[in-house]
Amino acid sequence: MANKSKKVSLDRRRFLVAATSVTGAIGATALGVPFVSSMLPSEKAKAAGASVQVDVSQVASGEVLTTEWRGQPVWILNRSDEMIKSLKSNPKKLADPNLNVSSQQPKYCQNKTRSIKPNILVIVGICTHLGCAPSPRLSPKGDMGENWEGGFFCPCHGSKFDLAGRVFKGSPAPTNLVVPPHKYLDENIIILGEDTKEKA
Amino acid sequence: MKSIIILIFILIQSPFIFASEDIYLEKAPIDLSDQPSLQKGARTFINYCLNCHSAKYMRYNKLLDIGLSKKDIKDNLLFTGKKIGDPMEISMPVAESKKWFGAAPPDLSVVARSRGSDWIYSYMKGFYRDSSREIGWNNIVYVNSAMPHILWELQGEKELDQKTGKLSLIKAGKLNEKEYDSVITDLTNFITYMSEPGQLKRKKMGFYVVGFLLLLLVLTIKLKKEFWKDIK
Amino acid sequence: MAKKIDSQDSAGFIGWIDERFPLSSFIKNHLTEYYAPKNFNFWYLFGALALFVFVMQILTGIFLTMHYKPDAAQAFASVEYIMRDVSFGWLIRYMHSTGSSLFFVVIYLHMFKSLMYGSYQKPRELLWIFGVAIFLALMAEAFFGYLLPWGQMSYWGAQVIVNLFAAVPFIGPDLAEWVRGDYLISDATLNRFFAFHVIALPLALAGLILTHLIALHEVGSNNPDGVEIKNYKDKKTGIPLDGIPFHPYYTVKDLIGLTVFLIVFASIIFFAPEMGGYFLEANNFVPADPLVTPSHIAPVWYFTPFYSILRAVPPILNSQFPGVAAMGLSVLIFAFVPWLDKSPVRSIRYKGILYKKWLGAFVVSFIILGYLGTVPSTIWGQFPMILPLLGGSDVATVAARIFTIIYFSFFILMPIYSKKSITKPVPTRVTMK
Repeated sequence: MANKSKKVSLDRRRFLVAATSVTGAIGATALGVPFVSSMLPSEKAKAAGASVQVDVSQVASGEVLTTEWRGQPVWILNRSDEMIKSLKSNPKKLADPNLNVSSQQPKYCQNKTRSIKPNILVIVGICTHLGCAPSPRLSPKGDMGENWEGGFFCPCHGSKFDLAGRVFKGSPAPTNLVVPPHKYLDENIIILGEDTKEKA
Repeated sequence: MKSIIILIFILIQSPFIFASEDIYLEKAPIDLSDQPSLQKGARTFINYCLNCHSAKYMRYNKLLDIGLSKKDIKDNLLFTGKKIGDPMEISMPVAESKKWFGAAPPDLSVVARSRGSDWIYSYMKGFYRDSSREIGWNNIVYVNSAMPHILWELQGEKELDQKTGKLSLIKAGKLNEKEYDSVITDLTNFITYMSEPGQLKRKKMGFYVVGFLLLLLVLTIKLKKEFWKDIK
Repeated sequence: MAKKIDSQDSAGFIGWIDERFPLSSFIKNHLTEYYAPKNFNFWYLFGALALFVFVMQILTGIFLTMHYKPDAAQAFASVEYIMRDVSFGWLIRYMHSTGSSLFFVVIYLHMFKSLMYGSYQKPRELLWIFGVAIFLALMAEAFFGYLLPWGQMSYWGAQVIVNLFAAVPFIGPDLAEWVRGDYLISDATLNRFFAFHVIALPLALAGLILTHLIALHEVGSNNPDGVEIKNYKDKKTGIPLDGIPFHPYYTVKDLIGLTVFLIVFASIIFFAPEMGGYFLEANNFVPADPLVTPSHIAPVWYFTPFYSILRAVPPILNSQFPGVAAMGLSVLIFAFVPWLDKSPVRSIRYKGILYKKWLGAFVVSFIILGYLGTVPSTIWGQFPMILPLLGGSDVATVAARIFTIIYFSFFILMPIYSKKSITKPVPTRVTMK
């Protein structure tokens, strides 16, 4: 009925259908942007997740302080010299001793102690396996066995980490614990959630 | 028939003038794109209003959008202990302020949308001395308002002529009339901005969206014409 | 059309689906081989637009629900949270608030079209009744939704409307209390209104829209001439001679209308979302306060014709019930139109001048009642005292009464004037004007 009766320019028709479809699709996609982005963290969530200041001078040598940042537990461990020494032993036991998985720490902590100052370790206390909360087992041996040199232990599935949060081979956890972005405001004050790169 | 339609249009024109009491409101000469004015208004707002009134839906970091720097906000405008992402809350408890003022000072976040900019502008210029009232002040726009004249040191004191209903200056303030009006203009400008911080962005975005739709309209008209060639 | 799958259709992926799900036949029956009269004019756009707005309301509603809190202590703040803190929350909220008003614009125009072209006459009575049911459900949906921002107008509007139930004889006060779940509009009321607004009524609406469409595709579309196109079919193919496939012809035509609608929609959202206080009322930017009543309470514009009728009817024997009943009747009476219209012709094109005058009077009274519902009844002042009977009463109230009478007369007298009105001869085939 339609196409036989009159000679219509099919090319023009096809072109117009394509042009309208493409323009319409662009519009629909643009309309999708507000909806998708409305599900991102809101200004309120961003304000609540803003940087946190911690005074590290209150943490005695060999002790750990738990603070909160973005609703996650963050450990600040003041490592004694012995503890730092223990980090050097047996890199073969570790899954990623050289910190090849770069997402687990900022660049400035990609060093032997995974920290800015050698003794102060700042680390997110969430197991990289399934998100349980590991517990600090800082002292060697004890119920962790003869070979334990101190570190963190996740009770859920038995993942073990050393005193720099590096995961031991054979643990279910695939990667090292996360070092959050942080920087020193002065000698003792740490800002969690802000980098040195970012201008204040 | 046409005359009826015209009549209807005349009737429908802004019925909300009648909704409020018959008060003459001065038009607020505000300009939301005037950033220096908004900045001055923000300072006045934070220094004077934010002691008793909150603006709890407005975050301090929205002041970045009107051209203030992070450092400026932190050093001069932020209350101690507050973070830049925090809302403009105040520490005065509602029960306490009710005792002092008889009514809790309302939150001002969206007051420009409920009262209108012209009302705020006229209200801030409408204070006069009234010895019959405990607070010593009254207002021609909002009669028996519980709010004393906070900016009286700037404006001076005025008196109401009961016959003409006009205000006249009885004691000069720090500013002359023109200067005071400009302070109130800036303040009203800021309060209007605060009622919807995204409104300028919204309008700007509107031009792109409508422009895009006009393009689409041309295409759809051509498309329809092409297909309807079939129909006799 | 008969459901059959041609063998040539059954190839490839579509063929795979067609053997398991009637996809191709569905598209044929309802789009590519659904034959609509070829003489649709601009008025036939609004049905499709209403469907579009419905989908937009559902979509924006889902995203608003992600951030809104149906809690009297948090509701107002959560709306401001959407407006300021949620990325593009303001846009989604304005789309929803503007969408609700435009939904009514579109529905009113859609209903007017049916009144003009007699689209309710046999065999489309049920189609029309489903439509009236959609209108009722939509009004309920809008009413429940309007409480959610928890501003002063939300609160007091709900208070006034729920108190209408209290005017029902005998069970009234208990009924109002049951609806509120409290002795006043409160957190409990907000919570249940939220449930109705986000799930119960949208579900009902979706179902009703589906039945409306099924009924439409069963009886076929009416047209501006009111001529039944099924009476003249091509002898070989069985296709109505005046019918054209809905797709592509009406899809491309509706696209123009849709785009124009979107331009209007976007212009309101981006440049005047409050629409001068008609779409978002100024007093609704004040949080709900059970102790302070705003000086002037008016419902949103789309309810005002019916609200005017409520106010216009004076209390009888100290009871508000007659007003409430009149308001209810003013909506329900639409459902009876198929049986009230005794005209032998459908379309206004061939109905007599008498019918046209009545329809015009109805539209004028609907608009004036709508306007009067937005303003205080003192707006036009009072009649001078010296006048008998009228002296001292509000001019606007008297006007509202007159227009209320015209409103109802349009329906009640329809059997008489539609029969009397001299009709013009109807063509046998549709005309292209």
